[in-house]
Amino acid sequence: MEKCPSVKSILLLDSEGKRVAVKYYSDDWPTNAAKEAFEKDVFTKTQKTNARTEAEIAMFENNMVVYKFVQDLHFFVTGGEDENELILATVLQGFFDAVGLLLRGNVDKREALENLDLILLCLDEIVDGGIILETDATVIAGKVASHSIDAGAPLSEQTISQALATAREHLTRSLLK
Amino acid sequence: MAQPLVKKDDDHDDEAEYSPFLGIEKGAVLQEARVFNDPQLDPRRCSQVITKLLYLLNQGETFTKIEATEVFFAVTKLFQSRDLGLRRMVYLMIKELSPSSDEVIIVTSSLMKDMNSKTDMYRANAIRVLCRITDGTLLTQIERYLKQAIVDKNPVVASAALVSGIHLLQSNPEIVKRWSNEVQEAMQSRAALVQFHALALLHQIRQNDRLAVSKLVTSLTRGTVRSPLAQCLLIRYTCQVIRESAGNTQTGERPFYDYLESCLRHKAEMVIFEAARAITELNGVTSRELTPAITVLQLFLSSSKPVLRFAAVRTLNKVAMMHPMAVTNCNIDMESLISDQNRSIATLAITTLLKTGNESSVDRLMKQITNFMSDIADEFKIVVVEAIRSLCLKFPLKYRSLMNFLSNILREEGGFEYKKAIVDSIVILIRDIPDAKESGLLHLCEFIEDCEFTYLSTQILHFLGIEGPKTSDPSKYIRYIYNRVHLENATVRASAVSTLAKFGAMVDSLKPRIFVLLRRCLFDSDDEVRDRATLYLNTLGADGAMDETNEDASEFLFGSLDVPLVNLETSLKNYESSDEPFDISSVPREVKVQPLAEKKAPSKKPAGLGAPPSGPTATVDAYEKLLSSIPEFSSFGNLFKSSAPVELTEAETEYAVNVVKHIFDQHVVFQYNCTNTIPEQLLENVTVLVDSSEAEEFAEVASKPLQSLPYDSPGQTFVAFEKPQGVPAVGKFSNILKFIVKEVDTSTGEAEDDGVEDEYRLEDLEVVAADYMQKVGVSNFRNAWENMNPDSERVDEYGLGPRENLSEAVNAVINLLGMQPCEGTEVVPSNSRSHTCLLSGVFIGNVRVLVRLSFGIDGEKEVAMKLAVRSDDESVSDAIHEIVASG
Repeated sequence: MEKCPSVKSILLLDSEGKRVAVKYYSDDWPTNAAKEAFEKDVFTKTQKTNARTEAEIAMFENNMVVYKFVQDLHFFVTGGEDENELILATVLQGFFDAVGLLLRGNVDKREALENLDLILLCLDEIVDGGIILETDATVIAGKVASHSIDAGAPLSEQTISQALATAREHLTRSLLK
Repeated sequence: MAQPLVKKDDDHDDEAEYSPFLGIEKGAVLQEARVFNDPQLDPRRCSQVITKLLYLLNQGETFTKIEATEVFFAVTKLFQSRDLGLRRMVYLMIKELSPSSDEVIIVTSSLMKDMNSKTDMYRANAIRVLCRITDGTLLTQIERYLKQAIVDKNPVVASAALVSGIHLLQSNPEIVKRWSNEVQEAMQSRAALVQFHALALLHQIRQNDRLAVSKLVTSLTRGTVRSPLAQCLLIRYTCQVIRESAGNTQTGERPFYDYLESCLRHKAEMVIFEAARAITELNGVTSRELTPAITVLQLFLSSSKPVLRFAAVRTLNKVAMMHPMAVTNCNIDMESLISDQNRSIATLAITTLLKTGNESSVDRLMKQITNFMSDIADEFKIVVVEAIRSLCLKFPLKYRSLMNFLSNILREEGGFEYKKAIVDSIVILIRDIPDAKESGLLHLCEFIEDCEFTYLSTQILHFLGIEGPKTSDPSKYIRYIYNRVHLENATVRASAVSTLAKFGAMVDSLKPRIFVLLRRCLFDSDDEVRDRATLYLNTLGADGAMDETNEDASEFLFGSLDVPLVNLETSLKNYESSDEPFDISSVPREVKVQPLAEKKAPSKKPAGLGAPPSGPTATVDAYEKLLSSIPEFSSFGNLFKSSAPVELTEAETEYAVNVVKHIFDQHVVFQYNCTNTIPEQLLENVTVLVDSSEAEEFAEVASKPLQSLPYDSPGQTFVAFEKPQGVPAVGKFSNILKFIVKEVDTSTGEAEDDGVEDEYRLEDLEVVAADYMQKVGVSNFRNAWENMNPDSERVDEYGLGPRENLSEAVNAVINLLGMQPCEGTEVVPSNSRSHTCLLSGVFIGNVRVLVRLSFGIDGEKEVAMKLAVRSDDESVSDAIHEIVASG
């Protein structure tokens, strides 16, 4: 109980339960297979619930899971069974809102994958080795965004040029098919 | 390898499935990573490649050692670029690769440069990366920078250093402990999260120093902690201090309670909840202390946020276990949660209601639950079933409606685990509530008419065979059982045949009819079924040959196997190829591994059908078997009672010994369970020398030494005493463990030939009056009480002196008498001034005893008790009073 509040994992899955980005901070899942089994479990047990307006919560096998869905993305934050539910919910909200800010409101799987670097940096700024670093979405997004600026280039331009680059890549790939 | 040209055979629209990583492949990405080596770095392109690598790792792809090393070296080249975004990705990549120590050296200087950079982001992240990958030797080099960073004016940098400190404390405590001053300074930071991280680190540095923690808490609870997270942390530390100081508070106010209570008015919900939960978990919390916490939790119950509702209902559910009365105020809010969208919340609400409900609300509650059960998952249903079972045991009078509920849900759809939970519950109710037996058995009969689970069918048939013949009209079960012989698979048919035979053995009037049925089974298509039918026809004497076989037959049918299964298995394996017929008496009866030690841990799940008499009875069975297998003790008659093991040594001594007291009519047997905890020793000829000079009525008659006691495999030695028949003789015994020690070579496991005699002093052991009392409950205390002869009643009043609270006094008397509390009366609602407790038991000589205790407590905490006893034997009523008077 005297432990520091801790997060065991943060998961971002798509509407079929596939990984978009996941981060584990605990040894409870030593192998990738164990992780995937856990994700599947979490996904199927929460799939049918409506977690689009308010964050929802479930508990199974000593894991507390708080989650929220938007479009085809499912956000999860999990912790131990003794963890304060509201702390986990705060972390989830921070993650969820920060992603919303970083993706400029277009929060869906495609956008998330196209900006996977931002998502990964975002995860990195929220929790470090299970210890909560920051829960305020604007601060988190601010830290991530400040990194993605090319020296001097404003954020808007950056994303447009990035979008162009990926589009170009996609085009070449389809030409090669 | 995947072929890039083959299109994925997805039935999804290609456009919808578009992903920037479609068709990504490790080999190709590793090729791409060569751009890191370009003399002219393209930051964007490099970032993209790193993202791809991270994507692969994130999807569970692994790099071989060589691949990882190559990528790592390539990535280190990117420190040349001044691009911020790229640098950030480099940090991430290094953390993901977790390089080995010789690789770490390559990046150390680059990272140290970044640690001293003017850019805050570089500093913060470089600290986190370096601390993540570094080992102790490097740490001393960077310690100076870390100390600086802790007090950095940029909160991100300070937090990064503090959090890294928390991680490093695990591996390099002596270094991190030197940072106390800086951490303390960081505590004063205006940035909320810096304060949180500093507090966490400071506490961990001092966690072994109680006084320091206590000082920390004292000063902080008075001051202002800004961050809600830090506040939560402080609440946890405060609770620790409260717990540890629990022993030395004499009076009244609990230290720091005011602080916890003030946190209930904090503006952040997480702090309010943390404080409320902390209060409910305080040791021996009083209802006055609980009230404010319950009040805020009650408010949360009607919140629009599911997480808040869940947190509140989960906490209240826990409170309801210990203090059901405190939660009843929330019942109305709780009832509205039964229809909550979130089924976890609904289930918790239901089970809480079941715990707090009183006898009158049961029926109404059951109606609500019926609707609810249809739309929740099996796992939740099981929780509800278990809650209903305990409710039924609490209110045995309500068994009818609860049993009906269980039988209704038994008929509905459900998986194995769920059905098993229901069947187990019904079985437990049948066992504990005699009135419920007949209806319960019929429900089970109906269930096996249409049961898809072989396991459950056979278990129920077995149970029917034991309980069915003892009912008022056994014949009505025969139809159900015989139907199984027609309609089921071979396994179930075979067990139905066994069940029929049990009815035949127990109920003479049914015998002829059973024979008819068994003869029909002789034509079954399955060997086992035919064999069993033939066997039972013979043992029950269907050929009219022997009449006196009755006893043998029932012994054969009902007696349990008196050899440990493990031993039987080994013997059978040894036997396999021999020509002699197998002789079961050749199987060693002595239990090799002490099976009773594990029993101490309360089994989470009540034993189901497999072992109908669960808990203490099962233990007694095991003891009985063990004792009757020892020839010296076989003449002692039936075992009356076995006590729980009493430890005779401190924990973690060389030899661990506990004792179980077995009470017989004329004898007492002490079973010493010994464990040798020294790998280098083998003990032989282990005995316990018992001095009974302080127990006049006892005379030693036999002892059974333990031949050999190797390391870590428990063994037992016994000492038996004779005592006057039927008298609850008491006394004190001192014990000395005697043995021969032999040195063991731990590498070969061989013991030396010569041993040395040695002895070891054990703690004293007492036989007390409670040892002569069996805990036997009654389902309806009032009826049982009124049926006892009122002339046997003895009433007297006692003063119990000052006590902490009523609950303590009640428990003391229950333990003194060793009787079974009935109808949940052992639970004293907190802060009540008076309480009535009902006890029941069987005293040695099979004398039924009922006790009614009325307690009262006054302002000075003086407890008075009125004790009324009724029993089958007036002298026993007097004896009970003597026990209390002398206790």
